[in-house]
Amino acid sequence: MTVRTLAVVSAGLSQPSSTRLLADQLAAATRDELVRHGEQVELRPVELREHAHDIVNHLLTGFPAEPLRQVLDEVTGADGLIAVSPIFNASYNGLFKSFFDLVDADALGGRAVLLGATGGTARHSLALEHALRPMFTYLRAVVAPTAVFAAPEDWSGGTVDGALRARIERAGRELAELVRRSAPSSGPADPFALTTSFDQLLHGRDG
Amino acid sequence: MQFGVFTVGDVTVDPTNGREPTEAERIKAMVTIALKAEEVGLDVFATGEHHNPPFVPSSPTTMLGWIAARTERLLLSTATTLITTNDPVKIAEDYAMLQHLADGRVDLMMGRGNTGPVYPWFGQDIRNGIPLAIENYDLLRRLWREDVVDWKGRFRTPLQSFTSTPRPLDGVPPFVWHGSIRSPEIAEQAAYYGDGFFANHIFWPAEHTRRMVGLYRQRFEHYGHGSADQAIVGLGGQVFMRRNSQDAVREFRPYFDNAPVYGHGPSLEEFTAQTPLTVGSPQQVIDRTLGFRDYVGDYQRQLFLVDHAGLPLKTVLEQLDLLGEEVVPVLRKEFESLRPAHVPLAPTHASLLAAAGGGSDSTVHAVDDVTGRAPEAAR
Repeated sequence: MTVRTLAVVSAGLSQPSSTRLLADQLAAATRDELVRHGEQVELRPVELREHAHDIVNHLLTGFPAEPLRQVLDEVTGADGLIAVSPIFNASYNGLFKSFFDLVDADALGGRAVLLGATGGTARHSLALEHALRPMFTYLRAVVAPTAVFAAPEDWSGGTVDGALRARIERAGRELAELVRRSAPSSGPADPFALTTSFDQLLHGRDG
Repeated sequence: MQFGVFTVGDVTVDPTNGREPTEAERIKAMVTIALKAEEVGLDVFATGEHHNPPFVPSSPTTMLGWIAARTERLLLSTATTLITTNDPVKIAEDYAMLQHLADGRVDLMMGRGNTGPVYPWFGQDIRNGIPLAIENYDLLRRLWREDVVDWKGRFRTPLQSFTSTPRPLDGVPPFVWHGSIRSPEIAEQAAYYGDGFFANHIFWPAEHTRRMVGLYRQRFEHYGHGSADQAIVGLGGQVFMRRNSQDAVREFRPYFDNAPVYGHGPSLEEFTAQTPLTVGSPQQVIDRTLGFRDYVGDYQRQLFLVDHAGLPLKTVLEQLDLLGEEVVPVLRKEFESLRPAHVPLAPTHASLLAAAGGGSDSTVHAVDDVTGRAPEAAR
């Protein structure tokens, strides 16, 4: 039996962070659903805050420091991705966008993705639909229909029986189903692999 | 093994005093660096080619011709010649002319250029970078090797009965390197023709170089030019030296922190760990440079970048003194003692001439002006 891998990316800035809390709950719900179907699951949590300097350096130099390279490989090589950002000024925060700007445009094609966001008010909740979802659509990821937003009242309303818990479980089921239906990831792409012959280069294959 | 310097030709403010050299000063500084390279016993000077500020070297053969007239031994090269946006016909002509004037002390390195807006100024499109490099170089090779060329391609107007003049010196085209940071297609191109491959090896992790050189060596053998370890490899490198390594770090840091390309990003310490940049004593540069061999094998050419980021000319000339007096003599001896007998040195005009069995002066005219008679296509 293969182990299904889930990358869990959180762009929360405070520690502890409600964004990380939501990410963990989405990851647990997805893992429980996969385990229920007899799959083994490996979670790969990624706190972007820990890589903030390397992310900026990569944007400036064009290459990742080794710890960030490993994170990028873990994320692009996972079977499924849970991506959670705080909403700042009506969109994902800069750290979240900067990290995904470093992901090759083809690296998440066909990959099962679940989106989540946190914010100071529920009035930000549609940022999931007008900011996060279009970005992953551009990356040709397969995004679960349910995206989960957690506002302050969701946490104060209790996470066990409240509406947030129900949304998390529904989202986890959707992502688990997408992961189960997809072939295991073949790992991150090798940027140095030669994918063409010189004859093709020389004679008529269009660039 | 050949050692030398390569220069980008940037005009950059000196961050320690806010002074920006004029274009005239920078151009004269570049040629002074070239003359100094010969004086201190280096083998190669290579200039970049750029067509946008803040860079000055838009006309490499003009500069290299000037240097050729004032030097005796120095090999003149480029880093890089833009095979994408230059007309390959003009490259064939310009570098053959330079070859004659420099008595064969010429080779060149092909590169694509990574600045999108430059391409349309020359009627091209950066999205065609690889196809342009492939097609233009294939034509360039023919122009140097065939006296009369009929040609039709995708990017340039067709040629009928065209003869590029002057013909290469002694009928031997200049040796060509192909430079790239991370495009496997370029390593493949170099391997296909049995040309040299030059890994940029500055500003980027050593891992890029290891992978690219590995691919080039493997494909060089695949195409039957020799065994993988006989492929012709060149590397860049970036150094700043003082006798005392702490002095080197202290003096270079403001230039590093404000440098184009990587400034305002990683710290000097991070960048020296992540890339081949070495800031320290001559002995540290020797040790680090000898270590390059561990991940690329025995190689033929080492070029150092010593003059960017606004460093004043005086400082650059001091770097060249240290290279010539303390670093390169040791590297020469060490690398040579490590090189197996079957691994060749970098080709030169003399070695290519010997391999061709002597020179052939192949002056021809596509169509005789007087008789209108077409020539035989002499080979």
